[in-house]
Amino acid sequence: MKKHFVKGCEAIAEAALRAGCTFFAGYPITPQNEIPEYMSKKMPEYGGVFVQGESEVASVNMVFGAAATGARAMTSSSGPGISLKSEGISYIAGSKLPAVIVSVMRGGPGLGTIMPAQQDYLQATKASGHGGFRMIVFAPSTIQEAVDYTYKAFDYADRDRNPVMILVDGCLGAMMEPVVLPEYHDNCNKKADWVLDGCSEREPRTVLSVSLTGEPQEQFNIEMAKLYESWAEKDTEVELYEMDDAEIVLTAYGTSARIAKTAIDMLRDEGIKAGLVRPITLYPFPSAAFENLDYKRVRHVLDVEMSIPAQMVDDVRLGVLGRAEISTFGRSGGVIIGVDEIVQEVRGIAKGGGF
Amino acid sequence: MDSVKIISENCKGCGYCVVVCPKKVLVIGESSNRMGYRYAVAARPDECISCKLCAVMCPDSAIEIFE
Amino acid sequence: MDKIYGRPESIKNRVSTYCPGCLHGVANKIVAEVLDELELREKTICVLPVGCGTLGLFYWNVDMISSAHGRAPAVATGIKRCSPDKFVFCYQGDGDLAAIGLSEIMHAANRGENISVIFVNNSIYGMTGGQMAPTTLEDQHSTTTQKGRNPLTEGYPMKMCEIISGLEAPKYVARFSMDSPKNIIKAKAGIKKAFELQIDKKGFSFVELMSNCPTNWGVTPLESLEWMRENTLKVFPLGVYKEVE
Repeated sequence: MKKHFVKGCEAIAEAALRAGCTFFAGYPITPQNEIPEYMSKKMPEYGGVFVQGESEVASVNMVFGAAATGARAMTSSSGPGISLKSEGISYIAGSKLPAVIVSVMRGGPGLGTIMPAQQDYLQATKASGHGGFRMIVFAPSTIQEAVDYTYKAFDYADRDRNPVMILVDGCLGAMMEPVVLPEYHDNCNKKADWVLDGCSEREPRTVLSVSLTGEPQEQFNIEMAKLYESWAEKDTEVELYEMDDAEIVLTAYGTSARIAKTAIDMLRDEGIKAGLVRPITLYPFPSAAFENLDYKRVRHVLDVEMSIPAQMVDDVRLGVLGRAEISTFGRSGGVIIGVDEIVQEVRGIAKGGGF
Repeated sequence: MDSVKIISENCKGCGYCVVVCPKKVLVIGESSNRMGYRYAVAARPDECISCKLCAVMCPDSAIEIFE
Repeated sequence: MDKIYGRPESIKNRVSTYCPGCLHGVANKIVAEVLDELELREKTICVLPVGCGTLGLFYWNVDMISSAHGRAPAVATGIKRCSPDKFVFCYQGDGDLAAIGLSEIMHAANRGENISVIFVNNSIYGMTGGQMAPTTLEDQHSTTTQKGRNPLTEGYPMKMCEIISGLEAPKYVARFSMDSPKNIIKAKAGIKKAFELQIDKKGFSFVELMSNCPTNWGVTPLESLEWMRENTLKVFPLGVYKEVE
C-alpha cells in the first residue's frame, strides 16, 4: 500500500478531509498551527470551507453552526484554546450536534510552554465544558493511529450526535512518520431529520440546548447518561503490550506509551517482567483492563505521563481498586520523558518489591 | 362585521393601540383574558377607517384589520 | 370584507412570552412580515441570542438555532458558509451583540459575511433583571449602576451603527426606532433592504432597532415609548449609516 511521509498535524487534517470534513474553523496556537494552515490550503481543493476564526471561541461557534447544517465540521487547538472552546463544546453536546475537536497538548497551566506535554487529560476527559456532558476521547500513539482515529471520529460523532475529541501531544503533532491514508468518502448528514435547511415542506426545526423548566432538561440528561454508558461496552479501546506474564504494569497513553514500550523491551532484556496497558480511548476509560489483571502476579502499577501532577492515574486507581501498589512517573512543561528514566524507575520498583 | 378585530386572548393590555388610533376606536376594556390582562376592545368600531396603525403598533400581532 | 393585516406566517399563532408592551414583539413581527413578503420563510435559518430574544424559540415559525451568548454572528458564519443558498439572520440584544459578542459581530462584519443582523437596542439587560448594557445611557439607572452610569468608570453608551459602518465590508448599516407606527414602517423598509441585499449576495447588512424595556426601566409600556423619545432617541440618532449599492 502506498505510504505517505507526513507530519502529525497535517496527517490529522488530511484524514479529516478524507472523512468528508467540509468545514474547518480554527485559530493559530502552537503546537497545532499546521492544522489550520493545511486546512486553509487543502480544504478548498476538497470543495469545503475553511475560516480562520478571530478567536478559538468564534471558531468553535462556527463549527456549531456548520454542524447544524449537516456538514462534517472540525476545529483544533491546544490547552488554552480548548479552555476557550469549553462553552462552545458544551453547546455542541447540549444541542446534540456532531463535531470533531482536536487538542494538541502543550505545557500548562496558564500560558505554559509551547512544547509537548500531556497536561490536559483531565480537561479532555472530565472538564471539557460545563453541564456534565461526556465525549469519546481518542488518544493516538502513532501518526497512523492519529489518521485512523481522526477518520473514524466523524462516524462516532454522527452516530451519537455528540462531539468527539482527538487528543495528541505536540510531539506527535510535529514529528513525521510514514502512514497509509484512507480513501476519501463524502459522508455528511445533509439529509438527517435534525438538520437545519429551511422549513420547506415540513414543520420548522429548532437546534437548542435550553429548557424553560426542569423536567425536559432532566429527561435529556437521563438519555445522555444512557448514551455515555453504552460506550463502555462497545467503544472502549486499549492495547496490551507484553502483558501475558507482566509483574510490573506500566500504563501510559500517546507519546509516553511509545517511550514506555521501548523501556519495556530494555527491561525484558534484563529479565524484569514489565508490560504496558495503553488506553486508546481515554473516555470511555478501559477500566476493565485494570480490573481484570491477575493481582496474584501483578504487584505494581506505574503510571507514566508527561504530566505533573499525574492525571490519568486517578482513573487507573479506580480500576486497580487497591489490589496493587500504584506509583507515578512523569516529566512536564515540555520536558520529554527519557527511556532511561523509565528503565531506572522500574528497576527501582523491581528491587524494592523483592522481585 | 367590524373592520378591526382584537384577538383578546393574545392581548397583553399594553395600551399602544389605544393611543395610536387616530379615530379613538379602541379602549382597554373591563374584562380580563386567560392570562389576566385587561384586553383592548373596539369601543367605537364604526369609526374605524382601516388605517392599520393599531395593528402595526401591536407587539403581539393581536389585531386583524379588514376592509 | 378582506383581511388586510394580521399575524405574519413567519411567527407562530401563539402568545409570545415577551413582557406587555415589549417591542421585541414588534421587531419579531416586522422581520416576519419581510420574510413572508420576500418568500424566505422556507429557506430561513434564524440564529437566536441569549437574552429576552431567546424566547423567540417559542415564537418564530422558521428553522432556528439557539446560540451561546454573543456568538450568533460566528454561528451564522458557519451556517451560511455551508449553506449559501439559505437565508440566515442573527437576532441579538445589546448585551449579546455589544458586550460579550463584540468580537464576533465586528469580525463577521469585517469579513463581509453574507448574513443579516438584527440588533435590538434597549439600553439595558432585560432577561437578567436590568443590569447595565454597553448601550445604557449616561446617568441611567440600572441594577449595576444604581447611582446612574458614570462615564468615568463605566464609559459611554456604545453606538454600534457608527462603529460597524466604519468597516470596509458592510453594505448596509442603519438604525431605526420602533416607538411609533411611522417609525415601525420605516424600520420594516430598512429590514427589507437588508434582506434583499443578502438575497442578491451583496454582503453584510446590519439593522439596529431602538427598543424599550418597561419592566427594567420601571415604567408602564406607554411611558416607555415616551422614555425612548425623551432619552434614548436623543443619544442614538436614527438613519442610514452606510449604504453601498
